[in-house]
Amino acid sequence: MSEVKQANPIRVLVAKPGLDGHDRGAKIVARALRDAGMEVIYTGLRQTAEQIANAAIQEDVDVIACSILSGAHNTLLPKIYKLLCEEDAQEDILFIAGGVIPDEDIPGLKEQGVAEIFTPGTPTTSIIEYIQDAVKREGKL
Amino acid sequence: MKTAQSLGLALDQGQRRAVARLITWAERNDPRAYQVLSERYANTGRAFVLGVSGPPGSGKSTLTDAFIRRLRAQGQRVGVIAVDPTSPFTGGAVLGDRVRMNEHATDREVFIRSMGTRGHLGGLSKATSAAILALDLYGCDTIIVETVGVGQSEVDVMRVCDCTLMVMVPGLGDEIQAIKAGVMEVGDVFVVNKSDLAGARRTARELRAMLDLNHGEWRPPVEQIIATQAEGLDAAWTAIETFISFNAEGNRAYQRRFESVKHELLGLMQSAILEKASQSQAHVLKIDELCAQITRRELDPYSALNQVLAILFSATR
Ligand SMILES: Nc1nc2c(ncn2[C@@H]2O[C@H](COP(=O)(O)OP(=O)(O)OP(=O)(O)O)[C@@H](O)[C@H]2O)c(=O)[nH]1
Ligand SMILES: [Mg+2]
Repeated sequence: MSEVKQANPIRVLVAKPGLDGHDRGAKIVARALRDAGMEVIYTGLRQTAEQIANAAIQEDVDVIACSILSGAHNTLLPKIYKLLCEEDAQEDILFIAGGVIPDEDIPGLKEQGVAEIFTPGTPTTSIIEYIQDAVKREGKL
Repeated sequence: MKTAQSLGLALDQGQRRAVARLITWAERNDPRAYQVLSERYANTGRAFVLGVSGPPGSGKSTLTDAFIRRLRAQGQRVGVIAVDPTSPFTGGAVLGDRVRMNEHATDREVFIRSMGTRGHLGGLSKATSAAILALDLYGCDTIIVETVGVGQSEVDVMRVCDCTLMVMVPGLGDEIQAIKAGVMEVGDVFVVNKSDLAGARRTARELRAMLDLNHGEWRPPVEQIIATQAEGLDAAWTAIETFISFNAEGNRAYQRRFESVKHELLGLMQSAILEKASQSQAHVLKIDELCAQITRRELDPYSALNQVLAILFSATR
């Protein structure tokens, strides 16, 4: 008889910070993560850094995945990380982002807490693999 | 916050992250959650727990958002547990109820938690009950539990609530029939949301007619509301309060909680026994061997059961 082993799903907050009104990309990622067996908390459009950090803490997520197109990544992403640090949550949460982010901005963002950045055209399978590996590596589940 | 002790300490200090982690542990059926909760159970039972249920898309989250605003205006601390279905195929879920409650995301006096129904062995209600206790310990005055009222596991969740509000929408005709079994019975107050749409009055009338058929002491009131415009909410809230005061008469409230506690304990027993059985089914109980014997007619299922029970309970002690 096969053993029914219920793995604990990885919890991911998929957030869409910034003022632009497109969440198609975020929704595609959300569905892909769900289909990979993750529990996705989706919060909708136009989130502030404060809203994202607060939601992440209440939801005790393993991952924050921000989809950002508005060009405000250099201010918004570090701000989210700073808010996580204020709650001492930065070590428990893997912080990643995707969207239109110029190459020259990436090193700076990584220095300011963003673990990985996925530029447009990255297949969702790479994002899924990255998350699964990173969460496993951290021994969070 | 690695041990029950350190988390408990952080919880007692009112730290949000401790509440969040405690709920995570409960969802994972981690024994540390129950250690924290059992040490503090005597201090729980203070919050008013409101269940908000009804068919998908009926406006439960929109209404919950409006209720949060109302309760915050009264200075209350509010907790929300929003349950969405987990896909039985992938085990994943998209939990989207927060979208309607973003206004409260930065309010320190509001704690919102999304939960997937998952494949909980002990039933969804075990995890939600624990989450309610966690928010109660956090000092929430009111806790709103949103569920899609379809399956039995969700009916069990509604049982835990002090009052269950059913959110219906116009033109449900057949769906009311479908939802009737089990779910209608647990509704204490009904609202017909989206009353800006055609057919709302008729739906309200049909609901009342249906509820009149039950001969309980309490005939659930039916109010028409428009959650998106915060219309009719006074009447809906008054209906909830009327139910609370009805329930406060005599020992009704005690009786309700007694029933829910009894249900919970029996549920815990069931799941513990099931877990025990499924853990030991292969090597200790030799289920496959018994099945082979039954198939060959060397044994019958009833005697096999007696053998299994004997092993199970002697091993459990
Ligand atoms: N016309 C109208 N639309 C409403 C009303 N209340 C909610 N809605 C809309 O109904 C849709 C679903 O609302 P939600 O609050 O997400 O419904 P829900 O019951 O929480 O949905 P699930 O959690 O997915 O089952 C949204 O588009 C709302 O804007 C109302 O009073 N009138
Ligand atoms: Mg909802």
